[in-house]
Amino acid sequence: MDEMDEMYEVIQEFIVESNENLDNLDNDLVALEEDPTNADIMGSIFRTIHTIKGTCGFLGFGKLEKVSHVGENLLSKLREGELPLTQPRTTALLQMVDAIRQMLACIEESQNDGDEEYLELIENLAALQIADGEGEVDSAAAQDDAAAESAPAVEDDEPEEEERVKPIGAILVESGDVSSDDLAAAIQQQLDGDKTAVGEILVNKGVVKKEAVDKAVSKQSEAQTRASTASPSSIRVDVNLLDQLMNLVGELVLIRNQVLQFGESFDNPVFSTTSQHLSQVTSELQEQVMQTRMQPIGGVWSKFPRVVRDLSQGCGKQIRLEMEGKETDLDKSLIEAIKDPLTHLIRNSVDHGIEMPEVRTANGKAAEGVITLRAYHEGGQVNIEICDDGGGIDPEKLKSKALEKKLISEDQAKNMGEKDALNLIFKAGFSTAAAVTNISGRGVGMDVVKTNIENLGGVVDISSKLGEGTTMRIKIPLTLAIIPALTVTCAGDRYAIPQINLMELLMLEGEDAVSGIEQLHGVPVYRLRGKLLPLLYLNKELWGEDSAENAATNSNINIVVLKAGELQFGLVVDDVNDTQEVVVKPLGKQLKGINSLAGATIMGDGRVAIILDVFGLAENAKLLSETAQQGAGIHDEQLATEEKEKVSLVLMRNPDGGRMTVPLSEVTRLEEIQKNDIESVGNDEVVRYRGQIMTLINVFSLLPERRSSERLIADGEKEMESSGTQQSADSSGVVQVIVCTKGDKAIGLVVDQVLDVTEEVVEISGESSRRGVSATAVIQDRVTEFLDIDEVIAMSSGKSKRRSSHSGAEA
Amino acid sequence: MQLCTFKLGDYFFGVDVEKVQEVIRHQEMTRIPLAKKEIRGLINLRGQIVTAVDLRLLLGLSKFSDSDEPMNIIICDDDGAVSFQVDEIGDVLDVDESSFEYPPETLKGIARELIQGAYKLTDRLLLVLDADKAVEVTA
Repeated sequence: MDEMDEMYEVIQEFIVESNENLDNLDNDLVALEEDPTNADIMGSIFRTIHTIKGTCGFLGFGKLEKVSHVGENLLSKLREGELPLTQPRTTALLQMVDAIRQMLACIEESQNDGDEEYLELIENLAALQIADGEGEVDSAAAQDDAAAESAPAVEDDEPEEEERVKPIGAILVESGDVSSDDLAAAIQQQLDGDKTAVGEILVNKGVVKKEAVDKAVSKQSEAQTRASTASPSSIRVDVNLLDQLMNLVGELVLIRNQVLQFGESFDNPVFSTTSQHLSQVTSELQEQVMQTRMQPIGGVWSKFPRVVRDLSQGCGKQIRLEMEGKETDLDKSLIEAIKDPLTHLIRNSVDHGIEMPEVRTANGKAAEGVITLRAYHEGGQVNIEICDDGGGIDPEKLKSKALEKKLISEDQAKNMGEKDALNLIFKAGFSTAAAVTNISGRGVGMDVVKTNIENLGGVVDISSKLGEGTTMRIKIPLTLAIIPALTVTCAGDRYAIPQINLMELLMLEGEDAVSGIEQLHGVPVYRLRGKLLPLLYLNKELWGEDSAENAATNSNINIVVLKAGELQFGLVVDDVNDTQEVVVKPLGKQLKGINSLAGATIMGDGRVAIILDVFGLAENAKLLSETAQQGAGIHDEQLATEEKEKVSLVLMRNPDGGRMTVPLSEVTRLEEIQKNDIESVGNDEVVRYRGQIMTLINVFSLLPERRSSERLIADGEKEMESSGTQQSADSSGVVQVIVCTKGDKAIGLVVDQVLDVTEEVVEISGESSRRGVSATAVIQDRVTEFLDIDEVIAMSSGKSKRRSSHSGAEA
Repeated sequence: MQLCTFKLGDYFFGVDVEKVQEVIRHQEMTRIPLAKKEIRGLINLRGQIVTAVDLRLLLGLSKFSDSDEPMNIIICDDDGAVSFQVDEIGDVLDVDESSFEYPPETLKGIARELIQGAYKLTDRLLLVLDADKAVEVTA
């Protein structure tokens, strides 16, 4: 190995080690803030920074050394009890930890400690070394600095030597060969500039025999070897190596499966014992290798005390974080994946869960809130709980919020139990408004948290008691690499379905197979204990082939009932095989984007089988839309409709029986006007209306007859037959007027009859059928013309002009 | 430069030997639902799952039928292995750089992206496939 490589390795080791230490440091500092007299914690903090400082000096990272040095000085004052640990000091030290972390990241990336100088931080740390109100400490600190700078090597090695190996002098004093006074004199001589070793000075002075010193030296070196060879209980292993090992074990599991299957085909007792033995060893090996990838969850948790401290100080709350079950193990890959969702939940607890201190005391609680993180194994899964003793969540408020956002209907809200209401916070869209914080909801991004956890094959659950607090419960599997799965066959291919999604298996036989599956507007459903279960045909979902008919010809129908989060659905497959442990292999990048597929595995016969992603399937079949959670599946069309905006329309009837409409947004008011009140001004009809003179326009007498569409006419005739109200409207002595405002002038459109105001999604299907009509559309299953108000007004003024010119000619 | 040669329809192709992990005979395959049409299926290569690409289809030739038993050229990539399915595997040839020419401007489409050029052998042209690109475009 050449020098560069060696240096690189040393640096890598330094980074890994320092990062580990820094994680502890965060916690230690927060713990120390609560218990400032704890000398153990103080000592550990000091040692960590000291080690970092020493090593980075040696490796030539100047900035890192500067920052850690000034931090160390502050810490040493704290350790000696010269200064009390105050909040600003803790904050500054935490900032120093951040800065060090940042520089370490920089070193990892580019082999240098970056461009940032951290001058402010250094100044701050230096300033904090001044005891409050004592100016002279400053110069002492400066001296300290100078001393440390001039002789860093001496100071650097001290504490560690102290711990492991005693200096010669101390050994000699201990053995009684030298008096401590003589030793002190020798050390003084050394400090005065004598470079000779302490032992030599002592021999030269004649206070001790050379043999005694030699003996002490050998004793010391013995201790040194002991210290360095004290066998460590753990070693650091490259993660890639573990991954490879895991892969190999996965392969071994597959071969085992193959051997077992092969063994069944011939009857040989020796072979079957051997293969059973192989099976046993493989299982054990698998377990052990999995174990090597297990990490205590404490690793993820370590940053939370800091998060809680910073956040709670930021929002003026008092919160204590308690952690139980730090040692609970789970797979490395899961540790990484669970980090973000957990952080999110904790932030939420701090932000929305725990109340302000004054609110708490007013409610008879301690001012300090407690968030408890708990982890434990249960039934081959890891449970993680985040409890707070905060104000809890009011399900009623959640419901009204969801109603307001149109996420649920009135009916749904009425029938919704407390549990379902609480689960509303996981709904997508619930979170988007800033207003979420003003109820005690925790909506922000919770849908994302839920999805992330579900992607890991986990579930998240919430329970809350108003006034007493909230608990979030997460259940995740121990590992993602090997999972129990159900294998099914469909169109000749085998597929594996993760057992975590599996609810039950149904087989419809005989008559049931024919009549059991019903159609709900084109969506196949099955009545499972009285509830409608939407069905997906696997062959259709995957290959687009309509296997509904195939299934019908098949005498039996196999339905695998699956759950994707809240949603249950049935997957119709040709055959259900068995359950087995499968080794999950990721798909290549060519197939990454297909969300119905979770991966692949190798079956006992050596062939590849696809592992299905139940969420992806449901999503692709549009089962996971918001309305779908009510039970039945939903029509594409309906979905598309929901995405479009609804428009409020005023519907009215023509004298010829046809329907017309104007958008409500263009209408100022709907009025009934007494015929007696209508006056004539020239050729225009007017009416006094709200202190104005309003021109009336008789819409239908203006419009040219429409002959453009036979459908329109047919519709018109139908309406005619059913109505016959035209005359009665006339004879009633009132006319119906739609008042519009153009500029600041009110204009009244006289119409035959206003039918309805409706909210519709408008799909313009036809173009304008005649002048004065902007478009046609089907509304409430009737062809309806959109009245072009501007055009009608223009036509009316044109008409009145024409009329007046007419009358002029006649006169 | 050494090229691992193979036949694809009427064409004679080569791919940089350094990119080739191994060459194997026809393998049983599992078809993959919802995948691009160029992706023929998944192969179990000693416990490693390899995606098989229909190289004929990728290059715009007539695709392999289900009864065809193409050979696999396994290309090793940072993210795993990909198999290019080809008609026939040929020898590994040492080629003379001086006989190389870039494709003419008239070569268009996906072939232009994937074919780096041709070595003029005495009796025919040896087209050079850009393995990295071919892996890339299937992703």
